[in-house]
Amino acid sequence: MKQIAVTVNGTRHEAEVEPRQLLVYFLREQLRLTGTNVGCDTSSCGSCTVLLDGESVKSCTLLAVQADGHEVTTIEGLADGDTYHPMQQAFHEHHALQCGFCTPGMVLAAVSYLKENPKPTEAEVRLALEGNLCRCTGYHNIVKAILAASGAEA
Amino acid sequence: MIPAEFEYEVAGSVDEAIELLGSREDAKLLAGGHSLIPAMKLRIARPGTLVDIGRIAGLSYVREDGDGIAIGALTRHQDVATSELLREHCGIVAHTAGEIGDPQVRHRGTIGGSVSHGDPASDLPGVLLTLDAELVATGPGGERRIAAADFFTGVFETALGPQDVLTEIRVPSLGGAGWAYLKFSRRAQDWATVGVAAVASNGGAKVGLVSMGATPLRASAVEQALASGADAAAAAEHADEGAEPSSDVAGSADYRRHLVRVLTRRALEQALSG
Repeated sequence: MKQIAVTVNGTRHEAEVEPRQLLVYFLREQLRLTGTNVGCDTSSCGSCTVLLDGESVKSCTLLAVQADGHEVTTIEGLADGDTYHPMQQAFHEHHALQCGFCTPGMVLAAVSYLKENPKPTEAEVRLALEGNLCRCTGYHNIVKAILAASGAEA
Repeated sequence: MIPAEFEYEVAGSVDEAIELLGSREDAKLLAGGHSLIPAMKLRIARPGTLVDIGRIAGLSYVREDGDGIAIGALTRHQDVATSELLREHCGIVAHTAGEIGDPQVRHRGTIGGSVSHGDPASDLPGVLLTLDAELVATGPGGERRIAAADFFTGVFETALGPQDVLTEIRVPSLGGAGWAYLKFSRRAQDWATVGVAAVASNGGAKVGLVSMGATPLRASAVEQALASGADAAAAAEHADEGAEPSSDVAGSADYRRHLVRVLTRRALEQALSG
């Protein structure tokens, strides 16, 4: 077992983990933060996307020990109290979800992307989502929501 | 899927990593983990110890060095893709890094990890071979430089010894030379069904192929045809000579032989017009 200290959604957690523990299971099973989903489990679908030091990563392909000393943000940590993060608000307003399974990963991937490219074109948004699959194929409204959150005319 | 059990050690320096590789049974280096961890989950790889080099300071950089650009092995694909220095002097490397996987993968995966993994379907090895890049390895006997042509030796096999740490990748400055990297895949984030790199050189071009054999390949017959005066379309007809592509879910060997000729023609037209 290894001792790690990870700050998740602003709270520092010290824990003992097996080296082979994946970050996503540390979040879901040890911290009981089940907003982060496991989809394909092969770093393809993006439903396990969280922010590591502010950047999108796939938590099914990271060991919890690799997050030692770093900051993780999950979907549970995005809102400010009762106030949605602007990306959550945009997903809400544009009905950017159907079943909702991919949504936490989509929202966090989009938050990370707008930091790198604050005013993307529609084509750029579509390419930026290459690591996130929506099994309902509801991409159009997801793209609209991200454009709206960027301040573009949707 | 969860990897099989392993011991985990954090290396604080390259020397410490070399020592750990030597003292542990069946040890493997962990950088970003985006080739290794998926392989471990599938039990394709089952190392006894992971030596985490991801926290070693000073191995993430892109800087001018002599006639070329030196890239630290722990530089992430995202940082390679957005490096102004690479965009200006060796744009094909920055462009190709931006084509790897997806944004999440590029936030974790490193150039050194990708190159050491030795996957013949991987984009950067083919580009480095085309550029005649040099790979710097540090081992118990010190540092040595390995030509890209000697580095990739088989499927998931490289010239790195059991205690070697890849520390730097050295690529030339291209000046104004035209280049292209074209990759065809079934879905956006897929591996290349076929990839073709072309860099204009001495009136002709250097051409490298991805997913056309057990290692990345140089399309020597194409390069020779160009040197003998053939145009892009005629030269590209030689693109599959000497290649031994495999058949898999992404395409049959015959399909790859066809595709590589089409992509080579397009890559040459782009590189030679630049």
